[in-house]
Amino acid sequence: MNVPSFVAGMGIVSAIGNDLQTNLDSLCEERTGIGTMHWLSSARHSGLPVGEVKLSNAELATITGLSDRLPRTALLSCMAAKETLIHAGWEKTNALRTGFISANTVGGMDKTENFYKLFSKDTAAGKLADVVYHECGAVTELVADYLGIQHFVSTVSTACSSSANSIFTGARMISAGLLDYALVGGADALTRFTLNGFNTLMILDKDLCKPFDENRHGLNLGEGAAYLLLASENGLKQLGKKPLARITGYANANDAYHQTASSPEGTGSFLAMKGAMDKAGLQAKNIDYINLHGTGTQNNDIAEGTAISILFDKGFPKMSSTKAYTGHTLGASGAVEAVFSVLAIQHGIIFPNLRLETPMKEFSFQPVTELMRNQRIQHVLSNSFGFGGNCSSLIFSAA
Amino acid sequence: MFIAYLFCRLIKNMKVYILSTGNISPQHSMDADAFFQSRIETSDNFFKAQEPDYTTFIDSKMIRRMSRIVKMGVAASTTCLRNAGVEMPAAILTATAYGCLEDSATFLRKMIEFDEQMLSPTAFIQSTHNTVGAQIALLLKCHHYNNTIVHRAFSFENALTEASLLLEEGVSPVLVGAIDEITDDRHAILSRFGLYKKDSGNIAGEGAAFFLLSKEPGNDFQAILKAVQTLYKPEIEPEDIGRFLAAHEIENETPGLILHAETGHDKAKEKNCQVLKTAFPDTLEFSFKSLCGDFPTSSGFALWFASLLLKEQRAPVWMHGLKFPLKNIFIHQHDGLHHSFFLISSS
Repeated sequence: MNVPSFVAGMGIVSAIGNDLQTNLDSLCEERTGIGTMHWLSSARHSGLPVGEVKLSNAELATITGLSDRLPRTALLSCMAAKETLIHAGWEKTNALRTGFISANTVGGMDKTENFYKLFSKDTAAGKLADVVYHECGAVTELVADYLGIQHFVSTVSTACSSSANSIFTGARMISAGLLDYALVGGADALTRFTLNGFNTLMILDKDLCKPFDENRHGLNLGEGAAYLLLASENGLKQLGKKPLARITGYANANDAYHQTASSPEGTGSFLAMKGAMDKAGLQAKNIDYINLHGTGTQNNDIAEGTAISILFDKGFPKMSSTKAYTGHTLGASGAVEAVFSVLAIQHGIIFPNLRLETPMKEFSFQPVTELMRNQRIQHVLSNSFGFGGNCSSLIFSAA
Repeated sequence: MFIAYLFCRLIKNMKVYILSTGNISPQHSMDADAFFQSRIETSDNFFKAQEPDYTTFIDSKMIRRMSRIVKMGVAASTTCLRNAGVEMPAAILTATAYGCLEDSATFLRKMIEFDEQMLSPTAFIQSTHNTVGAQIALLLKCHHYNNTIVHRAFSFENALTEASLLLEEGVSPVLVGAIDEITDDRHAILSRFGLYKKDSGNIAGEGAAFFLLSKEPGNDFQAILKAVQTLYKPEIEPEDIGRFLAAHEIENETPGLILHAETGHDKAKEKNCQVLKTAFPDTLEFSFKSLCGDFPTSSGFALWFASLLLKEQRAPVWMHGLKFPLKNIFIHQHDGLHHSFFLISSS
């Protein structure tokens, strides 16, 4: 990497808080955000636990100043993106180049669901206003326009690894000297479409999920948005800020095994983690903490754990999955966990893997189950793996 | 204002070799000779792709499970790799504005019809935007870099930018594809938005255009991609084209052909869409959307067409006024909000 990318600001809205500080507090106080479905409406699956953002669309609209008729993903995205820019002290200026690279998987699907209720019976019916923002890219543009970012706008969608890929797209563009600032991350709202989709795959836990537990029964879906403002050295100087962290490594690989299942040996996971460490010039022993993808499904946790067993066989770093707090926020999860990774570095904290009772018998390592403070954390590896074999890993390092 | 956009996307002295292509489109694009001989026209307001016999590309058992967009993507990418004699690309980038619409609609309709009961996972599994890129990787057993860009009429352009950065990092060759499908639902909805009004001349299109890109010319190459520039909601003036050329250090590259995106739609009469015509009044121009129809990733078709003309150095029988040798082609893709410019050269 010829030019480093610094993290200049962060913002997040998730099941465990509507802003960065509340997310940190919830992580430290071991408060999960997963619970009974309240804002999402499902005819048949309202009993499934989900990690909802504790705000209605109307409340999100009031906070952001956007219309409550817009897709929920856009409202969440806007809220977290705005917090990020304020946190970084970024202001719109034409002097430096800013890009907005966001990720999502559902786009305006929540509104499209409404549209199809009538449209599926009569193609002349249904309110067109409900499908204007159907495309993933349309959601990104709503927020780009709101923030006044025009230099570069893009959207990435690689299922559950989407926002990890948007983060390193930004890092790469800064590294190549194409941007001074890159607002990177992602957003996804809960929708009936994804809830029913994951339900047909029979990978949703009917109780609270237990990542990396021997008796895990699947994942809980969540929603949220998270962003980081990446800056070049020059961009950082203009902000007059000390960086929160640096991005030192990233890699993307494909498992090439199955459309939705991970290979038992975790080939894609292994290649992504190894690739990120190579890019950062780090060895296994340099990694202080791994924020696991750790969804709580049988398949993910065995594949990810197997890859970790091979890669870190000489000594396991501390690790935990934070999905027991937030649920699996799909297109937002890479960014949500990137924010948690930077918080870990900033505050010297390792967050516990909630609800872990019986460690998986296959592995000789165990995720951290109690909050650890006063840790010296130099390098954090954050994993995001998804459908389509898309596996990505990021490394954040102390600035 | 324009300059600020400009430098954002400036890749100095960009020189990306297009080693090979594979394109499924409403034209005979899988067979260059047929394409040069005859042009397909339509009297409908949509232009469906000429699909090949998929059994020459995909195991027949797998064909049945694949949706149309996946089959088009797999066949076009396989053709592209075969044409270059390359088995394994170093990266796969897929660009799609709409993603897998057919499977999304299937799942959505069933979810509503059966009130969230008795759903099968198949359509959901294939509905994610990265399905095409994932299936290509799966069939090739390709563990390399794999990304999917889904940003409306910038999807393909942003994928090309990413490809050129990967090439700079030494990742080569990179397979890049632009793909979108027409479905009944898409057509019904966009028609209601007034996109394909009678007499507007605007027709819906689709296609899968793949390219194998390299930093090195190899033994043989199709054309060289010298510049890609996207402009989001811009106010463009004709003199900006001169600045674009100057910024890319390609001032002397007068185009022999301009491929533009006008389809007779009202939007096309806007000033922003006329800038190339004003900047190069003597250059022959041709609407690529008259061949492939209108869709957000149609610049993939335009890049394929330009590469073919530069390689073959001859004109299709249905195209008049083209002068040879043909050295440079300019592409201007736009939909009113998104503008992109490409410069492609023969050497």
